[in-house]
Amino acid sequence: MNKTVNQKGWLFVAPVVLLVAFNALIPLMTVVNYSVQETFGDNLFFWAGLRWFVDILASPRFHDSLVRQLIFTFSILLIEVPLGVAVALAMPRKGIGVSVCLVFMAMPLLIPWNVVGSMWNIFALPDIGFLGWALNAIGIDYNFTQDPVDAWFTLIFMDVWHWTSLVVLLAYAGLVAIPDDYYQAAKIDGARPWAVFRYIQLPKMRRVLTIAVLLRFMDSFNIYTEPFVLTGGGPGNSTTLLSIDLVKIALGQFDLGPAAAMSLIYFLVILLSSWIFYTLMMRGEES
Amino acid sequence: MRRFIWLVPTLYIIILMLPIYWLVNMSFKTTSEIINTFSLYPMKFTLENYQKIFTDPTWYMGYVNSIFYVTLNTVISVTVALPAAYAFSRYRFLGDKHLFFWLLTNRMAPAAVFALPFFQLYSAIGLFDTHLAVALAHTLFNIPLAVWILEGFISGVPKQLDETAYVDGYSFWAFFIKIFIPTIAAGIGVAMFFCFMFSWVELLLAKTLTAVAAKPIAATMTRTASSAGYELGLLAAAGTLTIIPGAVVIYFVRNYIAKGFALGRV
Repeated sequence: MNKTVNQKGWLFVAPVVLLVAFNALIPLMTVVNYSVQETFGDNLFFWAGLRWFVDILASPRFHDSLVRQLIFTFSILLIEVPLGVAVALAMPRKGIGVSVCLVFMAMPLLIPWNVVGSMWNIFALPDIGFLGWALNAIGIDYNFTQDPVDAWFTLIFMDVWHWTSLVVLLAYAGLVAIPDDYYQAAKIDGARPWAVFRYIQLPKMRRVLTIAVLLRFMDSFNIYTEPFVLTGGGPGNSTTLLSIDLVKIALGQFDLGPAAAMSLIYFLVILLSSWIFYTLMMRGEES
Repeated sequence: MRRFIWLVPTLYIIILMLPIYWLVNMSFKTTSEIINTFSLYPMKFTLENYQKIFTDPTWYMGYVNSIFYVTLNTVISVTVALPAAYAFSRYRFLGDKHLFFWLLTNRMAPAAVFALPFFQLYSAIGLFDTHLAVALAHTLFNIPLAVWILEGFISGVPKQLDETAYVDGYSFWAFFIKIFIPTIAAGIGVAMFFCFMFSWVELLLAKTLTAVAAKPIAATMTRTASSAGYELGLLAAAGTLTIIPGAVVIYFVRNYIAKGFALGRV
């Protein structure tokens, strides 16, 4: 769409800029402020320079959390995106079935995150939960509070349960936006279902899938409440993701300086990787 | 094979419903039954848990608080996002692209990073423990999202609509309110749905910014669960009740969402 040059646009965006700046810039500056200082309580602050940044970047603890975070994020993306697309392809296109699917599928998205966490915690417990009970009943020795592998399985299963529907909704939106002519043309040409998917549906879903991947990427990097309630980062540190580690340092040990430095590194990692993702996917779209 | 394709969404929905069913199942049991016996449905059906929640103000006020700040947040976010999305879609102005990207970066900010500074900021301006504080704090991630969604919808409306209205003698605001807003009603519905959703489910900031007067239901749950030594039945009933507002909202906007998704670029 051709846009007209109109500097009055700034008046329209001013309320948004003011509100977001108030919420984003002041806290961000507080974090920057803490990140370069040392504190011993009593509001005494001393200049620490870049010490915290160097410490954090060199600490094995941070590396471990980051690696766990990356494993988590890429696992859920690899499961949720193909699964979401598959379910969207199989969904009905008209009739009562559409409403039924939309209402039921959207339900996990609207449950408060700590309720999701406690719901799954109870659901997966071997003695009183259905999942734990069922797995043990078919002969699998499963206890997510003791075994790190089981904890990871539960964590990823929970996230897939929680968020795949977002991919389904977005992919479905992309699918219903394809005009019928495309399918008729494909039918006349005798295209097989796979060819229809590969050359019509997938290209048409590219934009919504970019949004879905970006949203899931950003949100899975920020995830805190659900894993905290489900496993508390345990057993041991086996499911301690970045944000859980961060809150442990900031509020648990009250090390404001290192926590702030870690916050900034964390935020930069998200920004940088989202930007790379975005650029790559947009470049793919142009070619 | 095509004939059995309905099995895929059906199976998917069944898996989605299993944990929810388990929660509902437990909410109708007493805590001792939950702990001592394993059963797929309540043996001694009880409404005790729900009764406790509806008669104890520390419980039910949690729901009132949550619904109040979520509504406030949705109204604020969509109201300020509408003109901004219009400007991003229709006008070119100094720094527009950078501004749009900067807005989106706030959608990426981890709440864990901002929890402590938010507490200090809202305490300093005297809004700590008010509904407004939570509603304002949640605009951090909801405004960028609302602008993003609405911009997509507005760009799907041809510019001729605006020009025709001006030719017909409408002033800008008369056009915006009487013609433009009804045209993109589906988009507004979708944006409101997402704002409601992300504000309703967020807990970390909501919990950090409140103490008593505006305490969200989700925070009430965590506190009571730990002090009373895990009253599982009560916890399950409270959890079940947090699902209901979301389900009601989905039911009302379901057609908007189907239509809205089809109309806009999302």
